[in-house]
Amino acid sequence: MLKVEGIWKTFGGITALMDVSFKVESQEIKAVIGPNGAGKTTLFNVISGVYRADRGNIYFNEKKIDNLNPVKIARLGISRTFQNVELYGHMTVLENVMVGRYCKTKSGFLSCGFRLPNMVKEEREIRKVSEELLEYVGLYDKRDYLASELPIGSQRILEIARALATEPKLIMFDEPASGLNDAETKELSLFIKRLREEKKLTIILVEHDMGLVMDISDNIVVLNFGEKLAEGTPGEIRNNKLVIDAYLGEEELE
Amino acid sequence: MRKHVNYIVLLVLIIIFPFLIKDNYTLTIGIFAGINSLVAMGLSLLMGYAGQVSLGQAGFYGIGAYVSAILALKFGVPVVLSAIVAALVSAFAAVLLAIPALKLKGHYLAVATLGFGEIIYIILNELGPGGPSGFGDIPQVSFMGYKMTGQISYFYLIWGIVFILIIFSYNIINSRIGRAMRAIHDTETGSSAMGVDVSALKIKIFILSAVYASIAGSFYAHYITFISPTTFSLFHSVLILTMVVIGGASNLFGAVVGAIIITVLPEALRKFEELDVLVYGLILTFSLLFIRKGIVPTLLQRLKKKGMANA
Repeated sequence: MLKVEGIWKTFGGITALMDVSFKVESQEIKAVIGPNGAGKTTLFNVISGVYRADRGNIYFNEKKIDNLNPVKIARLGISRTFQNVELYGHMTVLENVMVGRYCKTKSGFLSCGFRLPNMVKEEREIRKVSEELLEYVGLYDKRDYLASELPIGSQRILEIARALATEPKLIMFDEPASGLNDAETKELSLFIKRLREEKKLTIILVEHDMGLVMDISDNIVVLNFGEKLAEGTPGEIRNNKLVIDAYLGEEELE
Repeated sequence: MRKHVNYIVLLVLIIIFPFLIKDNYTLTIGIFAGINSLVAMGLSLLMGYAGQVSLGQAGFYGIGAYVSAILALKFGVPVVLSAIVAALVSAFAAVLLAIPALKLKGHYLAVATLGFGEIIYIILNELGPGGPSGFGDIPQVSFMGYKMTGQISYFYLIWGIVFILIIFSYNIINSRIGRAMRAIHDTETGSSAMGVDVSALKIKIFILSAVYASIAGSFYAHYITFISPTTFSLFHSVLILTMVVIGGASNLFGAVVGAIIITVLPEALRKFEELDVLVYGLILTFSLLFIRKGIVPTLLQRLKKKGMANA
């Protein structure tokens, strides 16, 4: 579904990504792990079009996407969440999800300004889909709160709901468990698995919580100083000498 | 439903105002307040909702006035049509300005729009009929042969436009476009990742605000029948910005309230004679110090709190 081929990205003199390649199969859960500064978020930003790679190719369903901007990539069906939660704080929870429907709707200024019938119909659809999504993720009761009023855990869930509103085929989570307590993390891992089953989604996640990563991933890519150090199933990664030295260390892994 | 109540209250106020106020002087101020409201509403959408600052609204106001006046006076174009053509010219100017300028943010964008306003001001001075002294004899608005010369009918015309554009603007705010617009105010990264084309949307809102200012300018010119560049200087852009900020940038009604206050205040302060400018300045300074969010949002907050306390 997604093919990343020999991606290089440098910032000034710093090489953030060095010849990184991997594939993601349809409905796979893929984790990208590595120490801080390994290039994980840069990788997400390159895939989602925020940064352009210096070299290399990215294919999404056989279509070359490495030269596209974030808007086009989002419209092709790749959505994402952010490490530092990029919600619309001044808007309500429901409105946040409704913005996710923007790329699936098309009423123009005049239709919107005069509330022409096509816009009213579309608006009803936007609201319905968004409310259903809020119900699906369990935030329906909070729909009239401002997004900024939610606790961090709920904000991360809301970001996922908003991403789902764009009807993605591939969704990328950037540290979804950061700021969550153990119980919430457990819930999140169930939720991500449920997403894959029920929404037929392909998922890539960057995460530091090894418990979560080992629990839900089918496959893991390990980055270290911008280079791919290893790739494999959780079992293989756990026993990989290189990975243990560079990242996992000697700590006990459950 | 509550939204409709607001509209109805506003409509009733507009209708009864000329009956309460019999003197022409006050009606004239009312008409100016309406004209200023139009420009302020455009800026409120751009600044309060989409988060883009403009110090060049007087430029579009000037284009609206000059283009419409020249078309009507020199080419005999019917007045409402001339205002529509002027709005198209303003929209075109907005695109030319927006494409490079909206890549800038915050202060830089403000300075770029300020530069635009100055350019228009210089053009009006150099190329406008009558140069710096302006020109007169601009035709008045006429509908099917009937000339709108009465103060009351002009008051209704202006506030009718304000009323329609308030509804239009609120419909935009509560649509996919308005939500995306408010979204880019909060985070551009988070918006483009959801498929919102941030720069295209900014340009469109910029055009909308320019059209509002242009319409106001046209109806100003055909009302006052004499215009000169001074009216469209940087000072007017700053005045419009002040209206939006005093009334409350985060609320469209704030723009209207701000426009009314800033229009009425200098007239109300006449009794202070030579101290009027000082008192005016003090009022503005203190209101910015103590009601930072602007009058309307602050009042709404108070009401909400009170409502909760009562419940």
